[in-house]
Amino acid sequence: MSEPLGLTPAQTVGPYLHIGLNWPDGAYVVPDGTPGAFWLRGRIVDGTGAAVVDAMVESWQADPDGCFDHPDDPRGARPSAVPGFRGFGRAATDSEGRYALHTVMPGPLPTFDGDTEAPHLTLSVFGRGLLHRLVTRVYFPGEAANATDPVLRTVDQERRDTLLARPAPDGFQFDIRLQGEHETVFFAV
Amino acid sequence: MTQDADRKLILPSYRRDDVDAHPPLLSPGYRSTVARAPHQPLVYLPQRLTEVTGPLLGEGRLGELDHDLTRQHDGEPLGQRIIVHGRVLDGDGRAVPHTLVEIWQANAAGRYRHAADTWPAPLDPNFTGVGRALTDSDGRYHFVTVQPGAYPWRNHDNAWRPAHIHFSLFGRAFTQRLVTQMYFPGDPLFSQDPIFNSVRDERARQRMVARYDHRTTRPEWALAYEFDIVLRGREATVFEDEDDDE
Repeated sequence: MSEPLGLTPAQTVGPYLHIGLNWPDGAYVVPDGTPGAFWLRGRIVDGTGAAVVDAMVESWQADPDGCFDHPDDPRGARPSAVPGFRGFGRAATDSEGRYALHTVMPGPLPTFDGDTEAPHLTLSVFGRGLLHRLVTRVYFPGEAANATDPVLRTVDQERRDTLLARPAPDGFQFDIRLQGEHETVFFAV
Repeated sequence: MTQDADRKLILPSYRRDDVDAHPPLLSPGYRSTVARAPHQPLVYLPQRLTEVTGPLLGEGRLGELDHDLTRQHDGEPLGQRIIVHGRVLDGDGRAVPHTLVEIWQANAAGRYRHAADTWPAPLDPNFTGVGRALTDSDGRYHFVTVQPGAYPWRNHDNAWRPAHIHFSLFGRAFTQRLVTQMYFPGDPLFSQDPIFNSVRDERARQRMVARYDHRTTRPEWALAYEFDIVLRGREATVFEDEDDDE
């Protein structure tokens, strides 16, 4: 194989990200009315505690059966049993730094070394002042598999709760603290 | 779950060789990073199913004129008409086919059609500044737009952003996701721009600068720029194993 090509660097989405990245149906990982669907809501704050009003989150997740409709899923790509399941969502923050995604609970996943990953979503955070996206994961409270999840296990005990959503009236709440006290765990993927 | 318990999951693996290409999250010259960059180091995450798959967003998202920012209104936008084209590749030079490319930009006067952009340059009723395209089977994309203007911002005294077009790329896997900016060759504003210079490596910075492409210009109609985008490549060994299985 020839010498690898140099990669294109990341740059911030800047304050006008909404022009290019807002989709009318962005928040809908699953369509409105999908049985079992819930809202994942959260607020993004910076190191001073101020709301981050010019950011966007993107989510990616397995379907409720733990499947990805993707050719690199070695178990085989297959369309989800949930009609209209996109697996992907994107939502910009509002004037109070809040985002919301409409989705369903992902299934657990097998790993290459025989473990099981607890149900989770992965989130990218883009924003003014973020020169590259930040990546985090959302886990759900009360899942027995959280105790043995191979990713949660690698995170310091005292920071692990930053990756756990909290129950909310219409689903779950997952706040993101970019910096400082209770800083959300971000991953190098 | 349909996994055969005896069979190991063999996943593609994407090289993490882009650390030096990307800017440090804390780049104090770009003031907004100071309160937004995490203080804690990133936690290493082995790539698993969630990271090596990703949204493959298709034709359903594209309108017929989404790639031509000069034909999205009744009239033509003001400014220098340009063709912006190139390929989306991975680090091994493989084309990334059928992947969504999203762009957004300021108009020829350097003004964005956005409520938060209020500096006194005119809006253009014939220019929204948003484009979308899918790469073809060779990873090629093609936009028609107008040359964006430079614009002032309040980062430092008399700060101006060099002209740029924002690019958003999905690639094939979550781990390849990239948002970047395309710049124009020879821009005199580079030296004072902390966002461009947040990329420390000079050669990496130059990979954000498009190439003037005279061959692709259309005589008496438009200038042209070529901008190839390189996303992460895959680990060769794992890729070969995967081929063997097929």
